[in-house]
Amino acid sequence: MNEQNKRWLLRKENIRTLWITFIITLIATLVAGLFVHQHESFGIEDSFGFFGWYGFITCVAMVIFAKLLGLFLKRPENYYENSSNNDSSKNGTHHD
Amino acid sequence: MTELLFPPGLLLVVGALLMPLGLKIRNLLIFSLPILCLILVWSAPVGYVVTLPFLGFELEPIKITTTGQLFATVFSLMALVGGIFAYKQASTLELAAAFAYAGSAIGVTLTGDLITLFVFWEIMAIGSTLVIWAAKHEGAYRASIRYLMIHLFGGLLLMIGIAGHVVETGSIRFEALSLDSISQYLILAGFLINAGAPPLSAWIADAYPEASPSGSVFLSAFTTKTAVFTLLVAFPGTWLLIPIGIYMIFYGIIYALLENDMRRILAYSIVNQVGFMVTGIGLGTEMALNGAAAHAFAHIIYKALLLMSAGAVLYQTGKRRCTDLGGLFQTMPWTALLGIIGALAISSFPFTSGFISKSMIAQSAADQHLIIVWFALAAASAGVFLHAGIKFPWFVFFQKDSGMRPPEAPRNMLVAMTIFAIFCVGLGVYPEPLYAVLPFAVSYEPYTAAHLVAQFQLLLFAGLAFFVMLPMMKRTLTISLDFDWFYRQLFPKTGNASLRIIQSFNSTLTDTAKTVWRNLLSTFQTSRLSRYHLAESWPTGSMVLWIGVILGGYLIINAII
Repeated sequence: MNEQNKRWLLRKENIRTLWITFIITLIATLVAGLFVHQHESFGIEDSFGFFGWYGFITCVAMVIFAKLLGLFLKRPENYYENSSNNDSSKNGTHHD
Repeated sequence: MTELLFPPGLLLVVGALLMPLGLKIRNLLIFSLPILCLILVWSAPVGYVVTLPFLGFELEPIKITTTGQLFATVFSLMALVGGIFAYKQASTLELAAAFAYAGSAIGVTLTGDLITLFVFWEIMAIGSTLVIWAAKHEGAYRASIRYLMIHLFGGLLLMIGIAGHVVETGSIRFEALSLDSISQYLILAGFLINAGAPPLSAWIADAYPEASPSGSVFLSAFTTKTAVFTLLVAFPGTWLLIPIGIYMIFYGIIYALLENDMRRILAYSIVNQVGFMVTGIGLGTEMALNGAAAHAFAHIIYKALLLMSAGAVLYQTGKRRCTDLGGLFQTMPWTALLGIIGALAISSFPFTSGFISKSMIAQSAADQHLIIVWFALAAASAGVFLHAGIKFPWFVFFQKDSGMRPPEAPRNMLVAMTIFAIFCVGLGVYPEPLYAVLPFAVSYEPYTAAHLVAQFQLLLFAGLAFFVMLPMMKRTLTISLDFDWFYRQLFPKTGNASLRIIQSFNSTLTDTAKTVWRNLLSTFQTSRLSRYHLAESWPTGSMVLWIGVILGGYLIINAII
């Protein structure tokens, strides 16, 4: 499929535009943060862009933690089916 | 004011039994019963009680409270809109089971005593099991049995707890209970199992995604939120619920991040969202309890909306894995748009229902200076956007072009999704009607500049983290181990092994006994004693005869004396 036939959202130049818009919005929220006072009374929440960096860092941490945990917890999809002696078809849908 | 004598929830249960009578009757019941139920729920004032003497107890099959009315309202609404979503595609078994399930959940919210509560609690377990079963494939059947096992276990704990509580206190009233003996802890455990609390959280993600496209919509609403209701009434301000709730929040996020099945992602996020409510109940201030109740109300609607959009995708494509999906926004734009509204609401985006409810819980943690709880809740709010708010729509509707061009969802599904999407945005923009029916008077203003800025920063940067970390989020064809490993893998295997050990032990024992007996017998038969008549083995019949003679003789002697 060539670029012209693709949906607006799937074209390369539009994805670039979306990224630029997104980053401008991010900066705008940080700037807006300068004009309001967060008053949860812990101190740190009023530091520059607190919710921005806190949200970003915790999310990255959660993704990495999940990834590490996945090393121990992930199993093939048919893990439980192999152990039970049936040939169940694990098919999700059933059209009436 | 009409006299309300019939429990509104029972209306749906009875109606469900009439559904197999015919398609027209069934559809009429689907549309009329929830509305009738709503009218009944609001026909009686708060404090209205109907009592019924039973085995020396005063049952209260109907007791109208503010919290009960709130939950009964959203449950009725869910039955109605869920019915619209399902009535053309789902089987009668599923719809009847779903209505019995919804009705019993409503029954729990409008009861004043523990015995009635327990009865409705068990009907719920049966109704929901049948909803899963109605998907009619082997995986669903097996999952429904595991599901039932967990809920019967939870029901058992609850029953022992209630029995003990009644013996200790002599009261069957369903009201705030203090945790001062093992009975109350058992009641708490029974409630928590239905809420999806650790360690038995796995049943939600195990069972719900196996149901039919509409089945999982019904399932997402009632069991966990009824548990939230019971916790809210019986255990407000119980400190123990705070760590449990926070564990549930992060459990949901982490497991959802690892998951590939789109409906299982949403199932994990139920645990996550209920975790917020449980934490709020643990905090126990008026604002926190309001927050938990409001969040339950908002959550039922946006979670149903999300599962409806996932259900519509599943219905049209037959696919449930993120790895198989992608790019569906091209041919299912409405399903995508409505799903995104649900995703924004679950993420508490400003101007959606999640924003005006969840923030009350975080605010009360701040007010109580519980700094760790507050930081955990803030991180969790970002994590919700990460695991459900972006992950679900991104992998299903965008991501890559899967090549599939399914048609748009059937019209009745779109209508149901639109109704709930309107609620998501409507409650977000205009929360006052919801605030007016919360358990306590509301003195909370969600739309302050500080709150808006904080929430936008938190969510948008969480979004940035998602796209930055996207290479690490690549889906794999895997499932994740959970506590259910114990009863799906370890117990069956060790069970079989121990069964074999017991069997071999048993056969050794019986073999030895037989040999010894045979030896004894042959020794006896070769001895002189065996020649006497009484030493022979007699047939059973003659023994019965002689016993008859003895008993007859005894009767005669007895009569003479």
